[in-house]
Amino acid sequence: MQNNTFYNEILTDHNLHPAHKHELEDANYELEGVNPSCGDDIVLKLKVEDGKITDGAYVGDGCAISQASADMMLDLVIGKTVDEARHLSDIFLRMIKEKITDEERDELEEAGVLQDISHMPARVKCAVLGWHTMDEIFDDPEKAKKNFTSIKGPSDSSNICHM
Amino acid sequence: MTKTERREEDARIRRDFPLLTPGEAYLDNAATTQKPQAVLDAVTEYYRKSNANPLRGLYALSVEATREYEDAREAVRSFINAKSTEEIIFTRNATESLNLIGYSWTADHLKEGDEILITVMEHHSNMLPWQQAARRTGAVLKYLEPQQDGTITEEMFRSALTPRTRLVCMTQISNVLGCRNDVKRFASIAHEQGAVFVCDGAQSVPHIPVDVQDLDVDFLAFSGHKMLSPMGIGVLYGRKEILEEMQPFLFGGEMIEYVTREGATYAELPHKFEAGTVNAGGAVGLHAAIDYYNRIGFDRIVEREEHLTRYAMERMKENPYITILGSEDPKNHHGIITFKIEGVHPHDIAAILDSLHVDVRAGHHCAQPLLKFLGIPSTTRASFCFYNTEDEADRLIDALNSVRKEMGYAE
Repeated sequence: MQNNTFYNEILTDHNLHPAHKHELEDANYELEGVNPSCGDDIVLKLKVEDGKITDGAYVGDGCAISQASADMMLDLVIGKTVDEARHLSDIFLRMIKEKITDEERDELEEAGVLQDISHMPARVKCAVLGWHTMDEIFDDPEKAKKNFTSIKGPSDSSNICHM
Repeated sequence: MTKTERREEDARIRRDFPLLTPGEAYLDNAATTQKPQAVLDAVTEYYRKSNANPLRGLYALSVEATREYEDAREAVRSFINAKSTEEIIFTRNATESLNLIGYSWTADHLKEGDEILITVMEHHSNMLPWQQAARRTGAVLKYLEPQQDGTITEEMFRSALTPRTRLVCMTQISNVLGCRNDVKRFASIAHEQGAVFVCDGAQSVPHIPVDVQDLDVDFLAFSGHKMLSPMGIGVLYGRKEILEEMQPFLFGGEMIEYVTREGATYAELPHKFEAGTVNAGGAVGLHAAIDYYNRIGFDRIVEREEHLTRYAMERMKENPYITILGSEDPKNHHGIITFKIEGVHPHDIAAILDSLHVDVRAGHHCAQPLLKFLGIPSTTRASFCFYNTEDEADRLIDALNSVRKEMGYAE
C-alpha cells in the first residue's frame, strides 16, 4: 500500500535500533518526561561535566516519534556544551512550532526529518518530549540532579550551576 | 444474504449519510457516529420553522416548539420501552446523565460505610462520578474485576455484592472489549440485595435493542451523538418512584413551580431535572435518529454489525502480529475490535492508518483502569456502525497488514 507518512527510514531506524536507549549508570542528571495523550514516558539521563554533555541516554516507552526524536537528539548533543545543546533545542522547537531557515535545519542533522510533524498537531508533543525534558534539566538542574553516593569529584553535579 | 444483496443494502444506507465517502473509512463509531441527512434536515427544519423557547411562551410558536420537544421525549420512551415519558430526562450526554445520579441520588442515599460496586471495565464517565460520590458521602467504592476476556459470571457478581452494597453501576457493552454484561440478571440479583442498579448504555443503546422494563434497571444513561444524533443531547432514564424522591441536580429556570425569596417548589417530572433552556434542536435530531433506526430495524443493524465484526476479526487473525482484546467470538464484540500490533505503538498505527484514510482510535479509550488491569498501556480500536461495509473492513486490514513494514520491520 502507498502512503505519505513521515515514517521515513531515518525515523524508523532510530525507533527500532536506538543507539542511546539504555541505562546510564554514571549519569549525574535524570528527569522523567511524560506525554499523557500518547502515553509516551521517557527518562532522560545526561552526564554533564564542566558544562559539556559527555554522555547521554534514555529509557522508557512510547510511540516511534517520541523514541526516535529522543535518540536523534542525543546523537546531536552528546559531545556538545550545554549552551550548544540549548541552541539546538531552540531550533528544534521552533522547527516544530513555526519556521526555521535551511541553515538552521542543517544544524539539526537527522533530527531535521521531523520537520513534517509540524503539520500534525496531534503528534507535536511526541516529537518535542525528549527536547523539552532536556530543557527542563537545564532550567532546573537541582530538580534533575541525581542523588549520588558513589561518585564525587570535579564532575559532581554541584559544578553544573553555571549551566 | 448474497454479496450482491449486501452491496445493494450498503449503497442504500450510505446514500443517507452525506459525510460518508468511498475515500474515507470512518471506523471510530464507538467515539461518535456520522449523521444521516434526515437528522440534519430535522434539526434545520426545527430551527427554520418551529423554534421558540419550549415549555414557556403561551404563543403558538412556543407551543409548537414544546410539542416537537415532547414528541422527541415520547420517541425516546418508546425506543427503550419506558413506562412513561416522566421517566425520560434529556441531558447533554451519558456523562451528564451519570453525574446527575452521582449527585442527586447519592446525596440522600449513601452514608459512610455503604458500598458502591462498579466494574473495572467502566468508561471513566461511569467511574469518576462514583469516586467523587464516595468521597463526598464516605461510601466505599468497590471494583469488580472481570476475566481477561471481559466475562463477569453470576458467581463473580454475587461474591462482589455485600449487605452494604447500595448502588451497582455497570456498562451494558464495554467500549474497549465490546463484550456484553448480563445486565438483566445482575440487576435482578442487585435488587434482591436492595441495591439500585445503574446501567451505562452509551455503547449498547446504539447497537442492540434495549428495553428498560425487560432489563429492570433503575437507571439507564446514553448519548445521542453515538446513535446518529447531534452532539449535546443525551438521555437519562430513571424509574419514576426513584426520580420522584430525588433532589434536583441543577437549579434555575423551568424546573420550578413557585419561587419565593426563601426557596422554591420544584416542577413535576421530568422537568424537575431539566433546569434552564433545553436543547430542543438536539432532541428533535435524536427523534429523527430514532425514526431512522426504526426504519432500518435492529434486525438488520445487529446482523450487519455482527457480519462486519466477524469478517474483520477473521481477516485480522491471519496476521500473526495482531492480538485482539476480549472474546474470541465476534458475536461478543458488538462492532468493537480493540487490538495490538506487536512492536508498533498504537499512535503510530493510527497515524499510518490516517495516512491511508482509515479513521481509528488509539490510546486508553477513557478506560485507563481496565487497560492497567489487562496490563496494556494503550491500544488501537476500530469500531463499526451498521453503515460500514466489507470494503471498509478490507481497507482497515490491508492498512494494518502494511503497518509493520512501514515501521521498518523486515517482513
